[in-house]
Amino acid sequence: MSAIAGQKSRLTWAVNISVVLLVVAWLVPTVGLLVSSFRTTDQISQSGWWDAAFPVEKAFRDRVSADGETQSNGLYVLSGDLLTNGQNAADLKPGTKIKAFGTSGIKPGAYKAGTSADLGDGGTLTINSDGTYTASSPTSFDGSGPRVYFEAELPPAFTLANYREVLFSDGMGQAFLNTLTVTIPATIIPILVAAFAAYALAWMQFPGRGLLIAAVVGLLVVPLQLALVPLLRLHLEIGIGQSFLGIWLAHTGFGLPLAIYLLRNYMVGLPRDIIESAKVDGATDFQIFMKIVLPLSFPALASFAIFQFLWVWNDLLVAKVFLPANDGSKVMTVKIADDLLGSRGGDWGILAAAAFVSIAVPLLVFFSMQRYLVRGLLAGSVKGG
Amino acid sequence: MSPILQGLFTIVLGVGGCITYFYASNLILDKVIFPPKGSNPGRNINRANMVRPWLFLFPAIFALGLYLAYPVVGSFWRSLFNRSGDDFIGLGNYERLAADPQFRQAVFNNFLWVLVVPALATFFGLLAAQLTDRLKWGNLAKSLIFMPMAISFVGASLIWKFVYANNPTIGLINAVRAYFSLNPVDPLQIPFWNNFFLMVILIWIQTGFAMVILSGALRGIPEETVEAAVLDGANPWQLFFKIKVPQIMSTIVVVWTTITILVLKVFDIVYATTGGNFGTQILPSYMMQYMFRDDGRATAVAFVIMIIVLPVMIWNIIQARKEVR
Repeated sequence: MSAIAGQKSRLTWAVNISVVLLVVAWLVPTVGLLVSSFRTTDQISQSGWWDAAFPVEKAFRDRVSADGETQSNGLYVLSGDLLTNGQNAADLKPGTKIKAFGTSGIKPGAYKAGTSADLGDGGTLTINSDGTYTASSPTSFDGSGPRVYFEAELPPAFTLANYREVLFSDGMGQAFLNTLTVTIPATIIPILVAAFAAYALAWMQFPGRGLLIAAVVGLLVVPLQLALVPLLRLHLEIGIGQSFLGIWLAHTGFGLPLAIYLLRNYMVGLPRDIIESAKVDGATDFQIFMKIVLPLSFPALASFAIFQFLWVWNDLLVAKVFLPANDGSKVMTVKIADDLLGSRGGDWGILAAAAFVSIAVPLLVFFSMQRYLVRGLLAGSVKGG
Repeated sequence: MSPILQGLFTIVLGVGGCITYFYASNLILDKVIFPPKGSNPGRNINRANMVRPWLFLFPAIFALGLYLAYPVVGSFWRSLFNRSGDDFIGLGNYERLAADPQFRQAVFNNFLWVLVVPALATFFGLLAAQLTDRLKWGNLAKSLIFMPMAISFVGASLIWKFVYANNPTIGLINAVRAYFSLNPVDPLQIPFWNNFFLMVILIWIQTGFAMVILSGALRGIPEETVEAAVLDGANPWQLFFKIKVPQIMSTIVVVWTTITILVLKVFDIVYATTGGNFGTQILPSYMMQYMFRDDGRATAVAFVIMIIVLPVMIWNIIQARKEVR
């Protein structure tokens, strides 16, 4: 018995560990992006994002300032703080620790912080780990303090500078608004059109119904690529051209098969008694739809709305073709793929911030409405692309 | 008018227009065309009920026809013309495609994608679904594995560009290589294998989808079959492969085909990472090269994709018809 019990707990352990590994593997890339977006270009090139929470060591060069020379016990003394008064003050944030220092470029870390270095001719230099220093010499420094080299441990630091730059000078702010402008109407408009059609396909008897359902299922997988050239030409001919109106119409059309399919599957499952008793009581189809079926179908409507929202928000292909190519109407995906990856290709902090700006809203929607998303998926379909 | 105002206006117009259309058309049908009174009200009611479904369906059918059905024909027709669209060249575009080594490369790569991505995404999805099933924190784990579904292909490509970066202080892969004192490499420029590094991105996104659907299917397995197998002494492996998997086979097939269709359409990943260079071209990204430059060639590629998708489409329709009956 005990052997079996042991086996079982070992299995549970194995399962737990494998799931942890799986989750970590799935999460690590996104975490890397998130962490990188809060680091400066300097930090990114000095250490990996996985070290972001640890201090970074960096070597500096400075010259002890000769101002404020004082005399005590027959020695000329210079003292001050390398962190706040030195040449590298901008890089040395509060909390920086000096590990070691030296007086020549050949041995920049010859002395530990807190010990005294020999400057020759009876002079000494002491640098403490908090950056304060004392240099003393039997002769005056004559306006030129000794040169110092030191290795400092910079505390981990995070910045919002990338986000500021991306949003306000790289045009992601405008692109964010454009994405929002494209997404909201393209999510709302197909819902009603599809709901009426789904009701007809679910609860009305007429010849050709089966054929129409089959057609909707077929259209679910039609590659969008086919639609691009003919529809763009159509839009140009009827005067819509490349515009927001054009992309709203296009997304509405492309979203309909999934909407009809999802909603019909859901509506078919509604209890027959309710609808039939309403009919017996003299309700028209229009009334049944507006007052009974539509409110009852809320979960399916929500599922579709989330799908369509994520789909339109994340779309690159349709936006590239149906929106004008000028800067003012680019959506975020196009902005990142066409502009930033080209012009800011090596600027990882900027790229990470831009990517995170574009995925923040979908992630929010995802985590707050996951229940509906899962329900929609289980209702038996997804949209291809 | 600013696009935002225009958007609000369109929402109001779209929603209001829909409701007005449905309400008014039903009203006209019932009160004006076939009123349930006069010489024979019964016949009128029947006639109105025959017309009504089409009132409900008309906007949807119109939009579907214009935006999805017509383009299939329109694209094929356009693909028979030359670049500027004024010269009929029959199958000339297709012949030129067949002769283009880049096109053949794209077909070959697409073949690899279709072979690898659905298989691995389904495999990992099934694995995750089974492992998280009985776990206390299973729902949290699922939600984290599912998360990439919400991320755009462009965003995902960027996320993985960080992982693949050439610089050992940025790219995880090269950091690991540096740890073992190996020279940094750019995974996206290694011929042939770079295709697989790109596939990882799509597998990463699609595993969550597979997991959610398969975990729903696993939960739907009748408890008795599992209990009977346990009583008969089946070990966990047998339980999984001989009892559970066969019962959810049809769901596995649905997941597999859905991801296959997706693979044939996603151009974003290749576009945002390699731009089709270093031998990573696939059909959708190859098509985008010609979009706006040679519509004849672009529509021909699109139609090739359509032909590849066609068997799956037919299979889906057959399945759906079975279910409806």
